[in-house]
Formats: sequence, structure tokens, C-alpha cells
Amino acid sequence: MIHRFLPLVVTIAVLVVGFLLCAMQFPNFASLRVVGNLLTDNAFLGITAIGMTFVILSGGIDLSVGAVIGFTTVLLAVLIEQGGWDPPAAFAAALLAAALFGAAMGAIIHVFRMPPFIVTLAGMFVARGMAFVLTTDSLPINHPLYGDLNDVAWRFDGGGKLSLPAMILLSVLALAVVLAHWTRFGANLYALGGNRQSAELMGVPVARTTVAVYTLSGLLAGLAGIVFSLYTGAGYSLAATGVELDTITAVVIGGTQLTGGYGYVLGTFAGVLIQGLIQTYITFDGTLSSWWTKIAIGALLFVFILLQKGLLAAWTGRGGEPAEA
Amino acid sequence: MTPHIPEPSAPLLAIRGLSKAFLGVQALDGVDFTLRHGEIHALLGENGAGKSTLIKTLTGVYRRDAGTVALEGREIAPRGVEEAQRLHIGTVYQEVNLLPNLSVAENLFLGRQPMRFGLVDRGAMRRRARAVLSGFGLSVEVTAPLGRFSVATQQIVAIARAVDMSAKVLILDEPTASLDAQEVAVLFGVLRALKGRGIGIVFVTHFLDQVYAVCDRITVLRNGRLVGERRTDELPRLDLVAMMLGRELEAAAHRIAADPAAHDDADTDARPPLVRFRGFGRARSVEPFDLDIHPGEVVGLAGLLGSGRTETVRLVFGMDRADQGKATVDGRPVRLRGPREAIRLGFGFCPEDRKKEGIVGELSVRENIILALQARQGWLKPIPRRRQEEIADRFIRLLDIRTPDAERPIQLLSGGNQQKALLARWLATEPRLLILDEPTRGIDVGAHAEIIRLIERLCADGMALLVVSSELEEIVAYSRRVVVLRDRRHIAELRGGEVTVDRIVSAIASEPASSGSEGALA
Repeated sequence: MIHRFLPLVVTIAVLVVGFLLCAMQFPNFASLRVVGNLLTDNAFLGITAIGMTFVILSGGIDLSVGAVIGFTTVLLAVLIEQGGWDPPAAFAAALLAAALFGAAMGAIIHVFRMPPFIVTLAGMFVARGMAFVLTTDSLPINHPLYGDLNDVAWRFDGGGKLSLPAMILLSVLALAVVLAHWTRFGANLYALGGNRQSAELMGVPVARTTVAVYTLSGLLAGLAGIVFSLYTGAGYSLAATGVELDTITAVVIGGTQLTGGYGYVLGTFAGVLIQGLIQTYITFDGTLSSWWTKIAIGALLFVFILLQKGLLAAWTGRGGEPAEA
Repeated sequence: MTPHIPEPSAPLLAIRGLSKAFLGVQALDGVDFTLRHGEIHALLGENGAGKSTLIKTLTGVYRRDAGTVALEGREIAPRGVEEAQRLHIGTVYQEVNLLPNLSVAENLFLGRQPMRFGLVDRGAMRRRARAVLSGFGLSVEVTAPLGRFSVATQQIVAIARAVDMSAKVLILDEPTASLDAQEVAVLFGVLRALKGRGIGIVFVTHFLDQVYAVCDRITVLRNGRLVGERRTDELPRLDLVAMMLGRELEAAAHRIAADPAAHDDADTDARPPLVRFRGFGRARSVEPFDLDIHPGEVVGLAGLLGSGRTETVRLVFGMDRADQGKATVDGRPVRLRGPREAIRLGFGFCPEDRKKEGIVGELSVRENIILALQARQGWLKPIPRRRQEEIADRFIRLLDIRTPDAERPIQLLSGGNQQKALLARWLATEPRLLILDEPTRGIDVGAHAEIIRLIERLCADGMALLVVSSELEEIVAYSRRVVVLRDRRHIAELRGGEVTVDRIVSAIASEPASSGSEGALA
């Protein structure tokens, strides 16, 4: 039982130890303010990474998420500032567009039996291109509701607060855990990632599940785009470039296997926070170049992949223990 | 084809006049098959008999061309595995088609999980999984991933899933192929219990001992036709093997070896063998065997499909590593760690499935011929183009490979010529021991005879040959000794005058208890 959760336990342990090390070096680190900011600053990344976890669990990958975030921010800015839309209507339109975009990619992947890597790579260019078609400038969003939404927060004593993006992230996380482990859809995703052919023989609706998982990933990328536009107060076609790789990194550090079938949403959440923690550490230090974040994350990713490989080998190599009654 | 009114006396499953053709090849030709309530029914036949076509037509993977299938008197025509399952026909394949990454409970209930308030009730799922499995005498941690358990346990979980989804007919397609003896015993216990519950089981296997251990009835197919249905206790082994191989034993008994001289020479045995295996074997693959092969002799491996012939040659060539026993070449002990090692020792191997394991279709005849030679030299020392052409041309002439030129992609050649090019590949390395697995399968009669002549010539040149073939006449024609296998065991070694089709057939059919005395075990 224990080693099933071992990758997850290791990820969470790294997060806790990392946090303690930071707290020892910087007395101000261990505060609700830092924790709150960690959640707020990484909310869009976390929401996207949760969608990516589902895609990777099903044996696929979605490279379009960063571009979808960028497109969403631009779409919101254009609709609100140039089209005079109410932000809630613009949010709904953006979510719908992102979800449909994901559904289209899922349908192409299933119907034409195309590798998800290629289809979503093309999707990445399409989404980024559409953002540029809308505008190449950075468009500030000055709608009063944006200011109000940014003020929504659950404040704690001592200056810490749980902002709206952080709340969205935690809600998405809770729903995602339920989806993964307490619904047939979740079981079907793991089944699909384990072995597509067997899953099909066991009656898993492969077409529906494939389209649904890319729709979900698109929808969450759209939601992340909304959060990102709240966070930056602007729409920019180059926003969130390379975020797809950050999210894949978070998923892998979180213990999910890139080949699908094994992993946990909670691990991805920890993976996102580890990345955020490294970033925060470098900000606190003040003398280190921000590129050290990339180097540290790269090293960590490498270690985690080796760890997973070792664990999996130890786990499957030992064979079973048939216990006949 | 009028639908019958269900009647209690109707058999569980009645297949009548089932036919199925693929591209003009008649895979099933008017086959009848009857399964009764509470019986285990073996479906037997050699390669191409139509067993798997029958099963796939029954479960709706293929559409039948003609015939009827009735379940308890009602006609059915499932259009897929899922629909067959809904009609109470469950299938379990040799490779367990479950998901190793999901827990045992999830595997049992995937797609039909117990729900509560719109969510999966994991507690109920665990409880029901334990209850179902305890009915199969299996008490395992149902939350552990299925992949952690042995193949036998996974098989039983697969059976439990099929039966729990209300199967009345259970089809087991070679379920024991990767099980050891103890696991087979556990599985048989489960099958007998299911039989007691009135479930009809179709059991496809190559292991005759298992057929006699557990099956009530036997249906034999050959070349897509029904040979017959018999009660197991009324069918002696010899008759069963004769049914499967389709030969009249009386006729075979009068046949003697084609060329007695080829089989008779005590002097060869006096010479030291080229290779010698002692207690060589691998768990779940083939039981330990002793085997000597002398220079200039042809040793044939005979047995039914799945008897361990291919497994034996894979061990000899190092494709599978033996986990026990010793091998010596020229009296020196060697460790066969892989094909590269075997090639270095001067072994060559022409595999059975030349499309999958042999030829590289897109490459030219020349490139295919020099492949093994180049591999042995190492890719850093390329053979000069002119030398390549010389080698290719020499073998094209020597083996009479019919191709306009050496540069033609090999996939455009006929099967027989591809086979000869494969032979050329190994001959170019001048092997001391050449292993041929079904060298004459799927090639026309003319090329067939040529390949046999070639085998004899190679042997006369001092090369040792180990040949697997299902064609018993063929084996008898060129082998000096024949090793007979059954159920993954070397059960007999025939030599000299003993090498006859009849002796081989009776060795295959011999009772397991008497196998030690059958023939001359080396």
C-alpha cells in the first residue's frame, strides 16, 4: 500500500523540507502571507497543471495550454475594452471558446488516430496565432469589476490573505480529486492511460473519454487565462509562453507518469508549489539570477524522473504474491 | 433460420454450419459446435484449424458468412465483444486483457462501479470485490494494483469479471500458456467450480495433458472444417493426435524413412558433438533438456503447436536466456547471453515468422543478405560495396533466388524466395550450426523441395542443422535424429530406423507417465 503513494509522499516531503529550509534561512518566510502569495502567484499554473494531469493520466499530452491562456487573456481584453462586454459575459465566452478548442483537438486525436503531441502542437500554434490576429499589443483591462475582483479575499490576522485566484485554485483542486477518484470518468481515464486496447475491450467509452479529457484541459486553460488576466490586468498575445512545459514539469514532479495510467492530482498541486517555492526563495535571496529557478527545477525534474523509474522497477520487478485462500 | 422457441432441453450453445472466409480463403467451412450446460469443452486443432476464427466469429469480432449460433435455443448475432458479454458470453484471452495499473477491485468493476449520490462508492466496490473473489477461492488485497499479482491471479480476476458480468458461456483462449503447474492446478479448481454452477466453458489449449485433466468433451477442427466431437473418456490420445494431424495411422505405419542411410550412422555419434546441452531449460518456457548436435547432422524437432519447439530453439540461440543447465561448444562451456553471443559462436537462426522477425521488407535483397555478416563484423567496419555485391550475387546463384537483380526490395519477392534470401543471410556468415524454424511454411511446393535439397546439401558440407517443422514427412526425410516434444517437454529422441512418421505420432500421443520409456532418451 505504502509504495503506491510513495511518489506522492516523496513530492510532499520535498515540499515540506524545502519550505522548512527556506523558513530557517529567512525568518519572515514561515508566514500566512508568504503561503497566500504562493497560492495566488501560482494559481493559473496550478489550474492548468490539474488539467494537464488528467490528459497525461489518460496517456496523452496537451501542448496548447500556454497558448490557450495567452489567447484567453487577449480575447477578454478585446471583448471588454473594445467590445464593451460585461466581464462575466466575456468570461463565459472565453471558457466556451477554450473548451471547444480542446474538444476539437480531442476529436481530431481520436477520429484520425493522430498522436496527441502533434495535434496539440498544431493547436498551440493556432491558439497563439489567433491571439496575434486579435491584437499584437498588450491591452490593459480597466474595467472596475477587475479591481473589485482583485480585492476579493479571505484575510487572516497578520496580513495573510487567500485571494480569489487562490480560492479558485483550491476549489478546482478539490473538484479534480473527486473527479479522479470518485467518478466513472476518472476510472476510465486511468484505464485509458493503462492500456487503450484493454480499456476498449473492457467497455470504456474511448471516444467520449478522449474528447472529454481534452475539453477539460482546454476549459481549465481558459479558466487559468481568466485568472491570469485578473492577476496581470491585461491581455497580451505573448502571455504564458512556455507555460505548457512548466505544467508538464509540475505534473511529472508530482509523481504522474508521462506514459499515463499512474499519478495523482494532489501530487501535481505539490509539484506546482515546489516550483513556486524555488521562485520565492530566489526572490527572498535577492542576489540570485532568476535563471537559477530554471536550473533548480531542471535538476529536480531529473531527480524525480530517476526516482520514479527506480520505484516502478522495484515495484513491478518484485512480482506478485498470489495468496490463495 | 427460423428462431427457435426456448426449451429447457436446448444445449447452452449450438453453432450450426458456421462459415467464414477471408479474401477467398475459407477459414471456417460449415462448422458445428455444441456446448452443454456445466461442461468443459476443449476446442483443439493445429495452426490454421480455425479455432480463433470460430471464437472471434462467435463473439462478434468477425461477421459470419453463413450459419447459426443459438444460446439456449435463442438465435444470437453479437456485433462485438461487449454485446457478446451482454448476451452472457464472456471471453478471457491468453494475454490478460485487464489493466495492471488499476486496483483489483477497479478491474472487476470498471464501467459498472457501484454508485451512491452520483459518485463511485469505493467502500461498496471493495466489499463486493472481496465477496466475488472469495467465491473463486482468492483472497487478495483488492485495493492493490492488479499488475503486482501473478499471471494466474490476474487470469482468475479476468474470469471473475467475466462470470460476475453474468456469463453463461466462458471462452478461455489459451489461458494456461504462461502459467506454471501449480497455477494451472489452481485455475482448474476454479473451472471445475464454475462447471458445477452450470456454466459452459470452451477451453482452447495446446496442452493435451490439460485436456485430459479437465475437459469433458473435445471438438477437433482441421483446416477450417469440423473433424469430430468426442467424449474425452472415449477418445484415446493416439486417436486424438491422429484427428488433429489428419493422417491415417495405418497408412503411416507402412511408410519407412525416405532415405535410411541418412538416419543410420553410429560413427557420427562417436565423434565429439559440436554443441552439447545438459539440463538446459527455462521456467515457463521449456523444461530442462539434454541435446547433442554433431557436425554434419540434421536434428529435427517435432511436436504439436505450442509443444515447446520454438521455445527450444529460442533458448539454443540465446534469444531467451536459459535459467538452468549447461551449454558447451566444442567441449568448452559457453554462456548464451543473447543472439550476438550465439552469432559469435557460429550459430545462425532463420525464424518462423519471416515477416516479423526476419526480412526487412524495404531493404534490397543484397542488403538483407549481408545483414547478419555486417552485424557480426560490427557496423563500424562496413563491408565494401563490391564485396557486398559479390556475396549477394553468389547466393542468388547458389540458392537460385528468383529476382531480377540484387537491388530489388525484398518485399516484392515471393515467400519462397524471401525464405531463401533469409537462408542466404545466415549462410553468408558461414555458420557451424544453423537453426531453421518452419523453413517451408507458406511457400509453394517447388520451393519447398528446393529448400529440402538445400538442407541436405548444407549438411553434407559439414554444417549442423537444427530444424523445427510441423511437416512430419519432411522432418522424417532429412533428419538423422528427431526430438519429440509435448507440453514443453522433450519426451523422446528417435534415431536411425526409429525416425518414422508413425513413431513420432505415437510419441506425441504417449501417456505422460510412460513418456520416459518412449523412444531413446539421450
